[in-house]
Amino acid sequence: MSVYSTILRQIVNGLQAGSIYALVALGYSMVYGIITLLNFAHGDIIMIGAYIAWISMAKFATNPVFAILAAILGCTLLGVFIEKAAYKPLRGAPRISLLITAIGVSFLLENVAQMVFGASAQVIPSFFSIPALSLGSIDISGNAVVTVITSAVSMILLTFLVQKTKMGKAMRAVSEDTDAAQLMGININSTITFTFAIGSALAGIGSVLYCSAYPQATPTMGAMLGLKAFVAAVLGGIGSIPGAMIGGFAIGLAEALVSAVGLSVWKDGVVFAILIIVLLVKPTGFLGKPMQEKV
Amino acid sequence: MSQQYKKIPMPLRYLINALLFAAFLFGGTALIKGGAVSNYYTKVLMLLGINIILTVSLNISTGYLGQLPLGHAGFMAVGAYASAIFMTRVGLDASVAFPIGLLLGGVVAGLFGIMIGIPALRLKGDYLAIITLGFGEIIRVVLLNIDSVLGFKLTYGAASLKSIPKTTTFFNTFLCVGIVCFLIHTMMKSRHGRAILSIRENEIAADACGIHVTYYKVLGFAASAFFAGVAGSLYAGYLGILNPSSFGFMKSIEILVMVVLGGMGSMVGSVLAATVLTAVPEMLRAFSEYRMIVYSLLLIMVMIFKPSGLMGMYDFSLSHILEKIINWKPGRKKSAGKAGEENG
Repeated sequence: MSVYSTILRQIVNGLQAGSIYALVALGYSMVYGIITLLNFAHGDIIMIGAYIAWISMAKFATNPVFAILAAILGCTLLGVFIEKAAYKPLRGAPRISLLITAIGVSFLLENVAQMVFGASAQVIPSFFSIPALSLGSIDISGNAVVTVITSAVSMILLTFLVQKTKMGKAMRAVSEDTDAAQLMGININSTITFTFAIGSALAGIGSVLYCSAYPQATPTMGAMLGLKAFVAAVLGGIGSIPGAMIGGFAIGLAEALVSAVGLSVWKDGVVFAILIIVLLVKPTGFLGKPMQEKV
Repeated sequence: MSQQYKKIPMPLRYLINALLFAAFLFGGTALIKGGAVSNYYTKVLMLLGINIILTVSLNISTGYLGQLPLGHAGFMAVGAYASAIFMTRVGLDASVAFPIGLLLGGVVAGLFGIMIGIPALRLKGDYLAIITLGFGEIIRVVLLNIDSVLGFKLTYGAASLKSIPKTTTFFNTFLCVGIVCFLIHTMMKSRHGRAILSIRENEIAADACGIHVTYYKVLGFAASAFFAGVAGSLYAGYLGILNPSSFGFMKSIEILVMVVLGGMGSMVGSVLAATVLTAVPEMLRAFSEYRMIVYSLLLIMVMIFKPSGLMGMYDFSLSHILEKIINWKPGRKKSAGKAGEENG
């Protein structure tokens, strides 16, 4: 195989992983934008989504379409439930309390999953078999194409939702200034819940795409995925939709390239090194707004 | 105040505490020697001591400094590996090598604390949490893979660093616990400690009052890392075998749970929480698979219902209680006010 086709193959892999990171990063970014909470549990919502897909396909032998819908719906409901049960009582609490709660929720989900489903990996049957796309001398897997397209479409829809609809306007207002938004008659609680629902639905889509790329579910699969997606969100600029997309692709490509040069054991280290460099050089990321210090 | 409120003079206070502590140390050792405490319980006690050091050390940066570092296990790992490599490589007698190894573990971890603290502490809140998490993970990945890069056997990566002399005993563990608690206590009562507390209360105001915020943040962070390194060295001598996977994110969270449960900013809370959370899982071995679920539920519950933790910021002082007793007269309300409560 020629060098070019290897590189091209890695780039495709990177784009596929990157678009999943981008979808997950969007969830982080939106939640962070609206209540400045780093939602550690976001990655674990993806893990639950994967288990839902596994149950509905491997145990109940349902139609893949139904399994996909169940996973997305399950993630959405779970996200809303977490928000209502764990984060809502802490509105107005110090941010460190919220953050610790989020870590607690993340650990709870992981350990409950481990108890219910066991620590070993469950193999998820493939959703659809998509023919590979052959481009000259190399084949691009159909999954990769579908993944990239799905995440691009999701992002376009999300941009439309945030920029053009009334709810999107409310979301932007709440993230700009919660108190002022409340004075303007915006229902803060329902807006935040809606944000969590959207973020978690994106996590559900991300979960399905992740499972089609790496078809297994483990209790800890969400932790590292979530952290890397968070790195992507920070890299692109937290709170920015195109930023999350750029960040996601950048992280995905960086990982693929590190693997391509044979250093795959250092992959996680490289991602965190990128995070550290970004935070030190440009803490707002590529497209983020600078934060002002309030006295 | 018109009434004479008798106070215990300062040297006497230290003497009482030191005597009680020495009685505990030697009494405990005698009991173990005499066979009154089984081998298993001695092990649990040693683990408890190590956990207490870890918890009070994380309490410096979480409770007193008000930051949320998530890479505490990384510092522990650095200390553990530094002292383990020293003890296995240098052919000194264990009784000489152990204290040096202990100090070395602390110093190396402290240096890492400074190295990581200087860039990390420029950031706040969630960013600080995530960057320390990143550093913690990088330390783990490096320990796991560095042998293949350097080409010689140093950490043995996933194969574990084995045959470390098992030098940790009940006596030296709790001697370290005592020294660490004393050092942290005196540090927090000094002007440096008050500067650190003022940063927690309001960073901008502290800065405006002329406190060198970055310096004190790094100082607190490095102290926290130093003591974590000491705990790591004890851990290396306790287990006799080290594997990078035992210093993951999970371990950092476990320590954090202890700090949060005890009350951020309370040393006695940290000690109590570490005791409870080490002892209870040992007693409930049968339910060990639920341990992490209980931990995570505890974390959420404490944050929602009692964010200040079990002890809040209360710190226990034996002398104050003794003073209350010697000043207590029946039939009269104490006018001395709340003597037992101290901040920090």
